[in-house]
Formats: sequence, structure tokens, C-alpha cells
Amino acid sequence: MLTIISNVLRGSASRNGAELVSESSTLRYVLQLLAVQSECANLTAPHDHDPDPPSRLKDPQQPHSPSVSLPLTQIPSNTPVEYKTLGHTDVVSSEAVAQEESSVMSSGSSTSEELSIVSLLTERISERQKPVFEKIISPVIDVPPSPVLITVKSPATSLVELTPVVANSSSKVTSSDPLTSSCPLPAGSILGLDNSFPEITHSLAEETPLPEPQLAGARVVVSARTYADFTPQATFDIKKCDLHKLEDGPPLQAMLTREEGLQYYRTMQTMRRMELKADQLYKQKIIRGFCHLYDGQEACAVGIEAGINLSDHLITAYRAHGYTLTRGGTVREIMAELTGRRGGIAKGKGGSMHMYTKHFYGGNGIVGAQVPLGAGVALACKYLGKNELCVCLYGDGAANQGQIFETYNMASLWKLPCIFICENNKYGMGTSVERAAASTDYYKRGDFIPGLRVDGMDVLCVREATKFAAEHCRSGKGPILMELQTYRYHGHSMSDPGISYRTREEIQEVRSKSDPISMLKDRMLSNNMASVEELKEIDVEVRKEIEDAAQFATTDPEPPLDDLCNHIFYNDPPLEVRGTNPWTKLKSVS
Amino acid sequence: MASLRCFLRSGKNAVSAVLRREFHRTPPAAVQVTVRDALNQAMDEELERDERVFLLGEEVAQYDGAYKVSRGLWKKYGDKRIIDTPITEMGFAGIAVGAAMAGLRPICEFMTFNFSMQAIDQVINSAAKTYYMSAGLQPVPIVFRGPNGASAGVAAQHSQCFAAWYSHCPGLKVVSPWNAEDAKGLLKAAIRDDNPVVFLENELMYGVPFEISEEAQSKDFVIPIGKAKIERQGKHITLVSHSRMVGLCLDAAAVLAKEGIECEVINMRTIRPLDAEAIETSVMKTNHLITVEGGWPQFGVGAEILARLMEGPAFNYLDAPAVRVTGVDIPMPYAKILEDNSIPQIKDIIFSVKKTLNI
Repeated sequence: MLTIISNVLRGSASRNGAELVSESSTLRYVLQLLAVQSECANLTAPHDHDPDPPSRLKDPQQPHSPSVSLPLTQIPSNTPVEYKTLGHTDVVSSEAVAQEESSVMSSGSSTSEELSIVSLLTERISERQKPVFEKIISPVIDVPPSPVLITVKSPATSLVELTPVVANSSSKVTSSDPLTSSCPLPAGSILGLDNSFPEITHSLAEETPLPEPQLAGARVVVSARTYADFTPQATFDIKKCDLHKLEDGPPLQAMLTREEGLQYYRTMQTMRRMELKADQLYKQKIIRGFCHLYDGQEACAVGIEAGINLSDHLITAYRAHGYTLTRGGTVREIMAELTGRRGGIAKGKGGSMHMYTKHFYGGNGIVGAQVPLGAGVALACKYLGKNELCVCLYGDGAANQGQIFETYNMASLWKLPCIFICENNKYGMGTSVERAAASTDYYKRGDFIPGLRVDGMDVLCVREATKFAAEHCRSGKGPILMELQTYRYHGHSMSDPGISYRTREEIQEVRSKSDPISMLKDRMLSNNMASVEELKEIDVEVRKEIEDAAQFATTDPEPPLDDLCNHIFYNDPPLEVRGTNPWTKLKSVS
Repeated sequence: MASLRCFLRSGKNAVSAVLRREFHRTPPAAVQVTVRDALNQAMDEELERDERVFLLGEEVAQYDGAYKVSRGLWKKYGDKRIIDTPITEMGFAGIAVGAAMAGLRPICEFMTFNFSMQAIDQVINSAAKTYYMSAGLQPVPIVFRGPNGASAGVAAQHSQCFAAWYSHCPGLKVVSPWNAEDAKGLLKAAIRDDNPVVFLENELMYGVPFEISEEAQSKDFVIPIGKAKIERQGKHITLVSHSRMVGLCLDAAAVLAKEGIECEVINMRTIRPLDAEAIETSVMKTNHLITVEGGWPQFGVGAEILARLMEGPAFNYLDAPAVRVTGVDIPMPYAKILEDNSIPQIKDIIFSVKKTLNI
């Protein structure tokens, strides 16, 4: 045991050169550890790659808020300590009297950092339901036990960089941007201000340096750590894109920061849950008419949005709920639109296929019609000279439409800043791509337009490709085409079970092997960029948000009948509209 | 000296002549302008006034317009604002609508409205309905213009009148000018309108000169959309018409006047929204109504006017059933004699008037 501790000490000393706290307290805690360790025989290291490791930490109830101090009752120590969540810059002095709060943590002090880690850890540990010794271990954390992550001071990561950039929206739609509203910065980033983490680059090729199993005690301690311990960013290998008329393609590696990862995870999970909720509501007949669900394709919407700005433009076809979300719509508005209530994003007058936000032109019901519209938006971007571009999406079914080829021609002739994106989910309604298209290389169908074929189930791949494409457009080279290979779990729409033209096995296979959310989750967990609990917590929050939205969507009243004839013309004096019979004269205002 | 002569010759123009301090021999007020030039002027003035306005269509730029309506505009405004498109109506109409959604004010020219059928989905589903579907979030300020209806010897595929088709759809405004003043004022109004407007011109009218008033020569001269004009006062019968047929009605009225029948001729100017009030007021005065149009009878403009009359207050004032004079219900033939007999002629109008008045 002593060797373990000394290894820890030595390891940490060599790794991070941080100051150790005073010998005496260290020794005291070490002795305590030994005492406890001897009592507990079994300590197994957690399985690192277990996708759902058994939680050794109870989910913190309120990770972002300061918690009450958690007395370490098991420790026969004469140093009552009050530990607080590291969400704040308070520091706790280990030797201090219990109820005192200490001063703001200074970033220059390693001691304080360690102590704050201690405090965090204690917080975590105290909520665990696990063996006693683990709680007792906490004071040991006086000593920086982790050989890995808590290291030297490095310049504090600017919180600003981590915040998603939100274009200032002055539109008529006062919807909040999901990237900020529904994706609050995770607790970890609050740490970022003072707790600075060195940049560690991991690659899937190397072993991520997790604590070694022989340092069992330390290991437990490490895993019990909180946001302070996570890898701030990692680089991942992504699939190479097939290229058409391009010399180089997007990079083969993508860097993902912890914050980005959590944000993508949250948005994708929100999208997934929202679509599943819509499925439920449709089956209850609360949603009527058309409902084309997007689950399975989340990586496309999130990846694309990550590659462009909110000041850019986007237009898509009818499978549009996901894009409405990424483009600034809230879940509440979207669901209320689906249920046809006055709180809907189009006041209940549009429905599933006709949702609009600033710089998002729907939601279009006529297959393929949105492509020329998108090129028109791109024309306006070029005309007005604002260095914006338009992302113009269509499906594999629409890809055979004549007007799309007309659009390719004009966009290319006039060098419009337009990214054409074909979301190839293998089926155009019930017709598989082999049965519909003489050439299924949709990325080549632009002929004279350069193209890429991208793995649409990997959000990073989509993001990098979109960035590459955006760069191409913004540099004035004209349009570019991307084919995203993706998959939809649901049928074409709610009236289609989705199994008459494909097998359940196929759907299951994609779900288990290529699910975009799982892929991101695995990446983050296996690189220690997030904890299982944290992600679960996000899931819980998302679920709650969706529940609230569904509640709103089912209880909000339908639009008033007075609204029936409004919005025929814009900026026009009120006019009279004939009702169903000659005596009914209805009023229409702009 | 010259201004004195002006003063003596035409008193009414004296003040304006003096104020303008020009030396010229002819009275300045009324100017002869062809419909083509009026349209050209309207577009020129609007392009100058608002930078967001631009024109796109086949042959509008370097060819000066298939019917020379956009002559000189490309030389003046350049490639950015006068755009020649390939022969892809659905594509470029969609592009025009998209540009309108993103903040520009396009004028989308169809070489004739027959070709607009290729793009009709974009006109109706993408342009007309969007403001409503978005509950007021997304306006579409676009003008679709071009020659409509029968020409001379162009046969069936190039002679259809689309007034009824487009007027059927809520969300669109449909305008059909007759003379030069109409053309200029209504096109300017259409371009300034923040909604999709279908502007139905007539190829046979392009070359016809009209006197255009002082007021109409101003750069801010705009005719309100949705208001009909009474071209000729009368008391025995009301003739309601649009586009080229207005001219025929006036000619028929002149002939009938010799026989003592005074026709009131109404130029609809706008098909949608229909100025039913003007028609009803007139019918309440004359008690007889005939509609005259070039398009087919079934579900046509005339059919709508008659239905509204039936449902409205003016029904009680009718002394005889209101009737329609329309094109013959056949695709347009080519041979001159056949073509001439496929659309209303002055004699058809006179005949119908007399029948209605029971003369």
C-alpha cells in the first residue's frame, strides 16, 4: 500500500511538478488510507471502455450550485473540512475551521487548486453510495494523486472561446438560440476560468493515458474526480471523404473540445427526444397530417450548423424539425407548431413542413423546389456582398429532380455561394436509391460542381466537411456539393412503418453500429472528456425540456379564428376575404 | 417670345410652360408613349430608385428583351442587375423567389406566360403561399411579368391567357394593364409592393402609343393595385374588361354611341383583388352588365365577376342576366381566319350589348 501511495506521489511529482502540501497532513491522510484499505479487500478498477460503467458516483443533484458542506463523518480526523463544489472560485483550506469560507482561489496557487479538487471530489464522493473507504480516501486528495490530468498551471482557457457563437438575431422571431438556451455551458467550463488545463492531445490511435490499474486507490480517486479532470479537447480521426473534381478534401482529423462535445451531444439528444416525442404525440392523434421524423440523421443537422454561422442561410425540405432547432427555434415552438397551437413557430398556420426562423427558409413541401430557392438566397448573399452563404439541402429522392440540375447550372455559371447538400438516407420514401437513380453517386451528380461524399453519421466528419465547403464558397469559387450518407430510423413519415421496403435487421444494425449520438458519447467517454453521469444528467435535462415542451404543445390553445385570414399580404391595408358563403366577410390584416 | 407663343396657343399649359422656362413650340403636357416604353420607363425608374430591384429572365440583358421591353437597361445597370438566364424557367423562377425571400426585390420575366407553367409551382407554392404559411415571418416581394394571352399567329401553345389561373390563388396579386399609363403606374406599384405580383402584359399592345398625362410622367407616379378605372362614362350598360379587350370595348362603345347606346366601359386594371365595388356601383347605375375577356369562358375572369354580381347587392339592379364575351373554348388555331374568329371582335361585343339590352 505504501508503495502505491509513494508511486502516486512520485508520479504526480514528476508529471506535474506541482507543489505538494505539507508533509504532515499528507502523511496523516496516507495513514488513514492504509487503515481503510486494509479493511476492504476488493477494489476493482472500472472498465474504461464499458459504455455504461456502473456509476460509482451518485448523480449530483445540483452540480452547478454550491452545496452544503458534506461532513466526512467516517474520518476520525481532527480537521473538519468544509468542501464546496468547484463551481466557484472559493477555496477551502484543509486545515481551516469547518464553517469558514475561505478566499477566492488564486490561480497561482497550486495548493488551492488541489484543495479545490479535493473539495470537488469530496462533494462527489459524499454522494456516492459506495464503500466506506472511498469516502475516507477523500482527504488523501490533499496530495495530487492523479498522474494525468491535474498538472501545471497553464493559461486559463478563455471561456469566451468555449461559448458557442451566436449571431445577433434581430428577427421577428424571438426564439432563443438552442445553442445557448438549451445547452448551457456544462459545469466543467465554469471551472475553465480559473482552473486551467493543459492542452492534451489524444488520438484514437494512442492509448489515452488513464490512471493505471495498479494504483487502485488512486484510480478510484481519479475516477471519482469531477469536471476538473476531464480532457479539455481531443483530436479524432475521421473518415476520408470521397472527392469529385477536388484536389484536396477536408482534414482527416477533427478536434473536439469538451464544451463542443457536450453541446453537440445535448443538441443531438434534444433532437432525438423531440422527434420521438413527436412520434408519440402523432400516435395519440395530437399531431395530424404530415410528420417526417429526423431521428438517426441528427449528426447532419448538428454538424452542418457547427460548420457555418447563424448569419449564414439554410433551406431544406420537409424533414425539417432538426434544422428548425439548430437554426434558432426552440423545442416549445416546434412542438406547438406540430400540434397546431398559437404558440407555434408559425402560429399554427404552417405545420410540420413550414417552420421558419431568421435565415432559415423552411421547411418546404414540394420535393426539390427548395433547391432553386436556396440558390436564390445565395444570389442575394452575393448581390448584397455580406460574405454569407446558403446551405441548400435535399434528399436522395429529390436529387433526380430536373429543377435541381437547372439550379446546378445557374449556380455554377454565376458562382453563387451555395453549398448543395444531399442527405442520402438510402430511401426516397419507399424507393431505395438503387431503384430510383441510374447513378447513386450523388456527390458526382453536380458534374461540373466539385463534390464530396461524407459520413453523415459522424458529427465531426459532417462538421469538417461543412467547414471545408464553406471555405470553398466564401473564397468565391462558386457552389460545392456534399453528399451526407446517413440513415433515418423512422419511416418516410408517420404513416409509413418503414419496414415494407427495408428490413428490421437493417435498421437495428445501423442503430447499434452507427448511431450518431452513441458514437459521440463513446468518443467522449473513452477519452475522458465527460463522465457517464454528466451525460446522463444532460439526458435528464433534455427529457425534462421535451416534457415541458410537449406539455406546452398540448395545452396551449389553438389559434384564434380571427387569425384565419391574416397574413395573406405583407404591409398592406386590411382587406376583406370571402368566407365559405357570400354573407361571410372575413377580415385579413397583414 | 417662344413662351409667349406658347401662352397664346394653349392657355392651360401656360403656367407650366412659364414655370418650366422652356422654349419649345409644342404643348408639353401630353406625351405619346408606347406601352413598351412605358414599361421600360417604369423598370428604369424603379431600378434607379431601389438598389435591391433587379431583373432576370431570358434575353433581358444583351438581347434588350425578347420584345425589347428591357431595351437599354443592361447597358445602364450592368450584369449584376440585369441578368440573362438560361432557358430554365423552373430554376430561375425559384432563384428569383429565393432572392426575394432573402431581401432582394426581383422582377422575374417570363418570355410569355405560357412558359410560366413550367415554373408555376414556384409562383404558387413558393411565392404566393409563403407569407401565410409562415404566419407573417417571410414576405416575398417579387414581380412576375411577361406577355399574356393571344398574340398573332403564334398558335395554341403560345396563346393561352393565364389571368384566371393566377387569380384563383390567394396570396397573389394579379394585374393586367391596358394602356401606357396603366402599364407604367401599375408596374411601378407592383415593384414597390411587398407581395408577389403577377403582371400580365399583352404583346399586341406593346407597340401601341397612348397619350400619357403630366402626372404619369413623374417618377413617383403609381397606380394603386386593386382599383378599377372607368374609361368611359355611360348609362345604358356596363362593359367590364381588362388588357387589350378594353380597347375593343371602347371601340364598340364608340360605334354604339352613334346608335344612341351609351356604354360605361370599366378597365379592371387589377384582376386580383377584384374591384367588385366599382363594378357593382356601375351596374346599379346602368342595370346591365357584360364582361369581355380574351381568355376561355369556363372558370374565367368573367365567370367570377358574374358570380360576385349574383351574390352581391347589385343583383337586384340587373334588368337582364349579366353575360360574358370570351375567347372561343378551343385551343388557339393558326390560320388567320380561324384565329380572328377565336377571340372576341368588336362585332361580338356590339352583338352581345344589343342582345342584353334587347335591341
